[in-house]
Amino acid sequence: MKIHEFQAKELLSDYNVPIQRGHIVYSSNEIEKTIEKVQNEFNSDAVVVKAQIHAGGRGKGGGVKFCPSTESAIESANEILGMNLITHQTGEEGKLVNQILITEALDIEKEFYFALMFDRAKNADVFIVSTEGGVDIEEVAEKTPKKIVKAWVNNDTHPLENAVNTIIDALSLNSFNDAFEIFTNIYNCYSNSDCNLLEINPLVITEDQKIIALDAKVDIDSNALFRQEKIAKFHDTSEEDPLELKASEYGLNYIKLDGNVGCMVNGAGLAMATMDIVKHHGGEPANFLDVGGAANVDTIKNGFKIILSDPNVKSVLINIFGGIVRCDRVANGVIQAVKELNLNVGVVVRLQGTNAKLAKQILDESDIELISAETIDEAAKKAVGLVS
Amino acid sequence: MSILLNKKTSILVQGITGSEGLFHAQQMLDYGSNVVCGVTPGKGGQTATENNLPVFNSIEEAKKEFSIDATVIFVPPRFAANAILEAINQNIGLIVCISEGIPVRDMKKVKSALDNSSSTLIGPNCPGLITAEESKIGITPGFICKKGSVGILSRSGTLTYEAIDQIVNVGLGMTTAVGIGGDPIIGSSMIDILKHFADDEETKGVVMIGEIGGSMENEAAEWIKNNFNKPVVSFIAGQTAPKGKRMGHAGAIISEGSETADAKIKILKECGVSVAKTVSEIGETMLQLIEE
Repeated sequence: MKIHEFQAKELLSDYNVPIQRGHIVYSSNEIEKTIEKVQNEFNSDAVVVKAQIHAGGRGKGGGVKFCPSTESAIESANEILGMNLITHQTGEEGKLVNQILITEALDIEKEFYFALMFDRAKNADVFIVSTEGGVDIEEVAEKTPKKIVKAWVNNDTHPLENAVNTIIDALSLNSFNDAFEIFTNIYNCYSNSDCNLLEINPLVITEDQKIIALDAKVDIDSNALFRQEKIAKFHDTSEEDPLELKASEYGLNYIKLDGNVGCMVNGAGLAMATMDIVKHHGGEPANFLDVGGAANVDTIKNGFKIILSDPNVKSVLINIFGGIVRCDRVANGVIQAVKELNLNVGVVVRLQGTNAKLAKQILDESDIELISAETIDEAAKKAVGLVS
Repeated sequence: MSILLNKKTSILVQGITGSEGLFHAQQMLDYGSNVVCGVTPGKGGQTATENNLPVFNSIEEAKKEFSIDATVIFVPPRFAANAILEAINQNIGLIVCISEGIPVRDMKKVKSALDNSSSTLIGPNCPGLITAEESKIGITPGFICKKGSVGILSRSGTLTYEAIDQIVNVGLGMTTAVGIGGDPIIGSSMIDILKHFADDEETKGVVMIGEIGGSMENEAAEWIKNNFNKPVVSFIAGQTAPKGKRMGHAGAIISEGSETADAKIKILKECGVSVAKTVSEIGETMLQLIEE
């Protein structure tokens, strides 16, 4: 689960990590008051206005503005709050800015890149730092890979202390007495908060020689939210695709894509493989949808509702491998759902597994128009054929 | 022969009184698996399944009355890591965790406990394993399996069933199918399972199903090139998956270039592995290789 910059900074602050301080604004009538508050509280005439959305590239998209005066701050805040911000990560439709962070402006001497994540291949957490901060780290990795330093943490073989010392050396922070404590605290914040990713870009040294997190991007392990009460409340549903949100309420795993062949499959791997074979036969999948290992009438009905909420969908491909669940039951579920929902797109059904033959018979003999198929290949060809 | 599991393997079910655990314990018994007892903390003294298997409060108690070769875990995700740790502490040789949704931080602890133990963990977030016409641990539908010569290993559940079905339909049949799980941290890697298949005389070829995310397929490809002499057919799911989106499995998310389906397919081919173009060509591709 992604959270906003101001929320991520709150987590860091809880672990005594110095952050660029500020206050959040949700509505335009709070703007002037908040700017004044930031100016007084942090003794800084200049402020920075930062759009709070779950996507990177905010600065380039015009969502972060340095404002040297009160007038410019008011102008920028009014412009950014409520704007539709388009960055390389939002897609061309952009994201509506529902809240802005107004922060102190700092005099910066150096900018670093900092991240903590889990390295699957090494089975250890990894610090990733670079002296090239504030820029696109993927670009640094490509052009000057030597400027990226990694240090691993694994309780058994790679102590945290060693990793922290490695990155202090890499960033030449040896003269900063609090560097060791700050990086240790960031690691504890990352670990105790069940972060998948904690990225600070940039981490800065100010002219008055302080280490400060200027930005923060955090992704939390959704499976751990049951024990992260505070973080669970950070969930901002307005940042999510409404259809994906609706699907998750039904307990379905749905991701919207750009094509027109709707896919309903049980199991994540088979769902991906089904999308791939649609593409192989010249079609474009409209979505990823995993209805779960044990598909039943309700999950199929809800799956149809989600898929058909996407107006691009011109045909639906159902691919269910019935293991524990019997295919004849799935077939009856499909028929019932199609009748209740008055579908106006072609539906291709491929059921394999327990009682598959009986299921095919049920589908073929039903009084509704369904196209049955025996293999995934045949099903994909037929579903693509319906839209071309 | 088979790998990891045969009809003699004595099996304990952790979480046997829960609806999933009870249902699948019965399914396993019906398939012929040698399930001997179950564990649910606080439910010791009860019996479960039509076979009236005894239920114990802990593995320690169960071990006083039964010799246990393997355990299968059907407990809610927030308790599952502790269930695995209990099994590791009790030196159970084979631990299979079906539960999906275990926090990564919990699995880090499990992984380091595992490294210092003699236990093998399959999963979590997996369908388990099945040796055709002998025994199954987990949730794989038994009736689709027929004895034969192909080993199957996969990161996905229903895709494993699909592969089994195709391998049986082309007339080859299977030895053992192992679903290793779709999470970012899992107990046994592709290479771990390939090593077992390498030692199994009855296994003449292996189907290896991977997907986007992580680099396990790439490491397996290199290992196969240098160490494995049997034909391998691979399939990688997720060619159409967008970057940065989690495709169902927690582990199926692309964060680096080498984690895409195309990158993995390229490396597999370079290492001499046959890659099925689509999911429906897995069985045919294996048949051609074995006939050669």
